[in-house]
Amino acid sequence: MNTGKARSTSARQLGTLLGLLVLCCVLWILTPHFLTVSNLLNVLEQSAINAIVAAGMTFAIISGGIDLSVGSVLALSGIVLASVLQAGGGLPLAVVLALATAAACGLLNGVLVTLGRLPPFIATLGMMSVARGLALIWAEGRPISGFEESFRLIATGRPLGIPSPVLITLVVYGLAHVALAHSVFGRSVYAIGGNEEASRLSGVPVRWHKTGAYVVCGLSSGVAAVVLTARLNSAQPTAGIMYELDAIAATVIGGTSLFGGEGTLVGALIGALIMGVLRNGLNLLDVSSFVQQLVIGIVIIAAVLIDTALKRGRR
Amino acid sequence: MRGICKQFPGVVALNDVSLEVQAGEVHVLLGENGAGKSTLVKILSGAVQKDAGAIALAGQRVEIRGPDHARQLGISIIYQELTLVPHLSVAENIFLGKAPRRWGLVNWRRMREDAERLLHGLGLAIDVARPVGQLGLAQQQMVELARALADDARVLVMDEPTSALTGVEVEQLFSSTSRLIARGVAVVYISHRMDEVFRIGHRVTVLRDGRNVTTRHLADVTVAELVQMMANREVSDQYPRRQIARGSELLRVEGLTRRGVLHDINLSLHSGEVLGIAGLVGAGRTELARAIMGADPIDGGRITIRGQAARVRTPAAAVRQGLGFLPEDRKAHGLVLGLSVQHNVALPNHHRLSKWGLVDGRRERREAERMIEQLRIKTPGPDRITRWLSGGNQQKVVLAKWLAGHAQIFIFDEPTRGIDVAARRDIYDLMNGLVGRGAGVIMVSSDLPEVLGMSDRVLVMRSGRIQAEFDASEASEAAVMHAAFGVAS
Repeated sequence: MNTGKARSTSARQLGTLLGLLVLCCVLWILTPHFLTVSNLLNVLEQSAINAIVAAGMTFAIISGGIDLSVGSVLALSGIVLASVLQAGGGLPLAVVLALATAAACGLLNGVLVTLGRLPPFIATLGMMSVARGLALIWAEGRPISGFEESFRLIATGRPLGIPSPVLITLVVYGLAHVALAHSVFGRSVYAIGGNEEASRLSGVPVRWHKTGAYVVCGLSSGVAAVVLTARLNSAQPTAGIMYELDAIAATVIGGTSLFGGEGTLVGALIGALIMGVLRNGLNLLDVSSFVQQLVIGIVIIAAVLIDTALKRGRR
Repeated sequence: MRGICKQFPGVVALNDVSLEVQAGEVHVLLGENGAGKSTLVKILSGAVQKDAGAIALAGQRVEIRGPDHARQLGISIIYQELTLVPHLSVAENIFLGKAPRRWGLVNWRRMREDAERLLHGLGLAIDVARPVGQLGLAQQQMVELARALADDARVLVMDEPTSALTGVEVEQLFSSTSRLIARGVAVVYISHRMDEVFRIGHRVTVLRDGRNVTTRHLADVTVAELVQMMANREVSDQYPRRQIARGSELLRVEGLTRRGVLHDINLSLHSGEVLGIAGLVGAGRTELARAIMGADPIDGGRITIRGQAARVRTPAAAVRQGLGFLPEDRKAHGLVLGLSVQHNVALPNHHRLSKWGLVDGRRERREAERMIEQLRIKTPGPDRITRWLSGGNQQKVVLAKWLAGHAQIFIFDEPTRGIDVAARRDIYDLMNGLVGRGAGVIMVSSDLPEVLGMSDRVLVMRSGRIQAEFDASEASEAAVMHAAFGVAS
């Protein structure tokens, strides 16, 4: 009888987690190589970028919007990072400027949505092209490669035997979870996505918090840019193409509603892992990348179908 | 329609109501807000089902199973809000869903010709190829009429058709309506405008509290008599009385204007006072509430709160100034239905419940539990999603949002609409508790006995203006109604 929030959403997450475990079991049976420590760490590392971007995307989607520009913002932010590093600006400054660039793109998205009253789809679609264009212009279409070892440690380091991208992901999710679940900002994002007018009439500064959701989304792309650039030892203006769709897919598989107002970060993380495990497993099984596309598409649709069916059943 | 009864949870909307309309007659349905007019129309249109009674069309007893069935039977309703598709042409709108076909394709030529013929029959010359969105409101209404004709309507219900029309447009509508009744259509006409009622109507049925008061020929009654019949309700003692001395001025509104909506509104609210705002639907009461709350932009006027000039441009600013707002439509504007009781209660109180931007979850929960107990909200716990609560309990959660905080000026818009008697009484007690603590309450309500029973003073609005002010002790329902209808008593 008690369909309290805590219980229903954790039940939903349990379902997604169960899906992940079943997937792992199937792959374990099909290929013995899957369930080795090195491969699992590998999966986590490969999922890191998508997971980080999906964390930010969760904010945008829960607020009732969407951010299509994350992939392009990632590329632009990576180019800024690489340029500063190559110009000898030093690691801290480079990272700060990269994150600031990404956050500024998010801020602009937010302002276009709130003050400009553009639909989020349109505003961020424009930003997707603008950021990509800026990245290409700045880098003159070429990758910027070759960095010092100290920078590359961001991706290659293994403190306590754990790949540092995995640690960074965990830190990002820890911070994001506190912000979303326990801060005034996060609570307001849920409320705005659930009912914007009711939130406004309750005195919630809607524009402020909504803009904040896009800034957080931009920031997470910036973090992902730092990790990706370090891992590839190269920043490419064409990086991050289609990342927005992967991030949206991870968020949605994790149970976040595209209508806004509900969803969790844990769900997004599990969603990103499901996609990572699926890709890794299919690779191990020697399934062609063409078929992989097909399978991932089916998984996304199935996840949301099950979700809507469950919701209807609860009513 | 004979002996129609309809009960909603907690309210008897219609009790043994009868309505008889003859072919070729304009029959006016009159009654104040909540008298049962819309419920009667909804039953006729098939939108809701009656509990008891019988409906006969041209002597044949019928059971109206749903909106489609009503249309097949020849019953058409024209609502206040038009239901046309603005981008489609006049002809397409008239034949929406029933376009003449040939070999499975739309027969455009026949559709245009038929549309022209129908409009001509109404005395109109509109280019049927034009998109409806380009037409004026009156012409759009004619298209609605033509659509009803295309449905072969035998009974046509017009619900406040002139509320958005200017004088000339009203004339047009009336002449088209006359042509309709000349063809033997029976028209049920709902309007609050007395002059129109007398011009176009043949007979009138007055409803009050979901019962028939009378059916008369309009030639035999006067405006004053009709208003008296609508207003004359039993006074009951369901409104708890209180004696509280009026304190200092909390809120003063001067010259508040919103173009086309509110005109030069002046009012003041004191501590320990309930200020009732009465008026008909569309008189600008909700708009006034929203303007004070900063929810809609205003074009002029000054707001003073506790003696200080205040700039209330957004609801957030209003909340900081100690205002609390209970909106008319609690589901759309009062609650985030997907969130729990606890999170809804915390919504306007975040600044108080947080430190360095982080919400103190335990304090938030205690607060919610305190409100659940104080307001006797029936819920399994603070984590319950508000969507699953009953209407009365949802309304209590909206109240809890503001009671939990330090709001001193409350604006309640239709606080007891659709709420059962017990919860209603709880809400009245709460209001009394609030003014007892020195708060001030502005209560907008369409329920006249409620306004008179609960308020210290009553303002009556009409067409975006304050038409009259009464001391509640000397106000009668009839006097308020006269002001609301703009009729001299």
